[in-house]
Amino acid sequence: MGLTMTEKILARAAGRDSVTPGEIVEVAVDLVMTNDITAPLSIREFKKTGLERVFDPQKVVMVPDHFVPAKDIKSAEQAKIMREFAHEQGTLYFEVGRAGIEHVVLPENGLTLPGQVIIGADSHSCTYGAFNAFSTGMGSTDIAAAMALGTTWVRVPPSIKYVYTGTLPDDIGGKDLILHTIGKVGVDGALSAAMEFTGPVIENLSVDDRIEMANMAIEAGAKTGIFPFDEKTREWMAQYGDKPYEPVFSDDDAEYKEIVEIDVTNLKPVVALPHLPSNTYPAEEITDMPIQQVVIGSCTNGRISDLREVAEIMKGHQVHPEVRCIVIPGSQEVAKQATREGLSDIFLDAGAIFSTSTCGPCLGGYMGVLAEGERCVSTTNRNFRGRMGHRNAEIILSGPRVAAASAIMGKVAAPNQIPVAVS
Amino acid sequence: MRIQGKNWKFPDDVDTDVIIPARYLMTTDENELAEHVMEDIDPEFAKKVEKGDIIVAGNNFGCGSSREHAPIAIKAAGVSCIIAKSYARIFYRNAINIGLPIVECPEAVDEAEEGDEFEIDTDEGWVRNTRTGKSYEAAPFPDYIKDIIAAGGLMEAVAKRVREQGRVSS
Repeated sequence: MGLTMTEKILARAAGRDSVTPGEIVEVAVDLVMTNDITAPLSIREFKKTGLERVFDPQKVVMVPDHFVPAKDIKSAEQAKIMREFAHEQGTLYFEVGRAGIEHVVLPENGLTLPGQVIIGADSHSCTYGAFNAFSTGMGSTDIAAAMALGTTWVRVPPSIKYVYTGTLPDDIGGKDLILHTIGKVGVDGALSAAMEFTGPVIENLSVDDRIEMANMAIEAGAKTGIFPFDEKTREWMAQYGDKPYEPVFSDDDAEYKEIVEIDVTNLKPVVALPHLPSNTYPAEEITDMPIQQVVIGSCTNGRISDLREVAEIMKGHQVHPEVRCIVIPGSQEVAKQATREGLSDIFLDAGAIFSTSTCGPCLGGYMGVLAEGERCVSTTNRNFRGRMGHRNAEIILSGPRVAAASAIMGKVAAPNQIPVAVS
Repeated sequence: MRIQGKNWKFPDDVDTDVIIPARYLMTTDENELAEHVMEDIDPEFAKKVEKGDIIVAGNNFGCGSSREHAPIAIKAAGVSCIIAKSYARIFYRNAINIGLPIVECPEAVDEAEEGDEFEIDTDEGWVRNTRTGKSYEAAPFPDYIKDIIAAGGLMEAVAKRVREQGRVSS
């Protein structure tokens, strides 16, 4: 019996020839990550082992991104605990001004490679499946254990294959594809499974779009979301370092729990209405839903490709007078590139703000917290009740193009609903 | 472990943002976290819940963020056990790692009314609704997880292992 790519990575990391879904295996980890919210707990738990050093400081990475630059004294204290531990241990560490959102920063630094096992104390650590890695989120204590041992336990997930067919419309991106998929299968539709994204549409999909999809595998309850390795992956990796890696390929006779076919030909830009990412509709069907805020950024949509899509729509337009539009580059590198390309000028001229890199508003931390009764269109990944502020605020998830169109129109809108710009 | 308590019932897909909103994540202090437990799904919960109470919930309990603050807040609020139809996987691991008893038992959830008292035996793997007198079998833990629970939590198991490896002198 053949193996899926997920099974092959786990078998290799467990020092085995094969593994079977359902069994628990202990695997060596290639990268262990924490952030300013989850690290303080991990560090406290790590110290309980009595160990003085982490297993390998070059495989432990700490990224302050959720509440930094510190939003208040308490978050400053949390970030300080992590910073001091990182420096004392000599772990990889990315400081404010040279960093950004963890899932944007690590790939930019060539730290997340095909075939690896990557775990992070952040649920969106499943992002690196875009590069053909097994990557998944865990809690702080699991991460503490991995910092001590260099291994973690994994229950080998069953794989579900998603086959995307048809012709991808020009205005559809990775975010639309994954929201549509979650809408179809539900927020526990892939519970504890590995989502394997395949098919002719995926073969032609950019790596940035794949990142958006892998990033949100968790929103279908999945353990990980993984893509086949191909020429596009190879080119992408070549841009960000020259470390050796070993990709994996699913066998033709690999076993899947389920195969789901999704024809994308008639897909329209998607939104997810409150309060679940599975509550999806075509954006153009949502008429007359006024908004007060738009957030563009996050580990899902904070890359330069996302900002380019937004700028293309926003150029020559103004943000609606009743809307606050907050554009947040995913990293310092993205911010620099956006400035070089003149994208930041387009945002600023349109009446949006262009902030420093942070997770901030996505989880209601700061930099765009919502008041009671407010509604926001956001390119982030969760629209749970209270996620971005008051429990009676509403979050509508979308891709960058719909977010840009909505900012201009002052209500939920698809890009094709914007009147032609007067320049 | 034998546990007994009255239940508070919650629906499917209770996410970690409603269990402990991120606006309270600037601390790791369990008592501070407990003051805000379940705040965005039931603002009165932290005041109503009593030591020993249990939570009964639907599918996918604890979905969303990896924040371990969620099971920590629930445990520190005095909740003695959760019975759910299913758990989001990160929450499941986190609860085991910090020693918050959880069981998976869909039928017991379906037939529970809020306020019903439950008796739970996590070792023997059963749940009993004392109002109806009906007993249910809970899904068993894999041996690997049983060992973590028996060691007293994940870090205790890890500490033992690094001592055995000679990386820490005992």
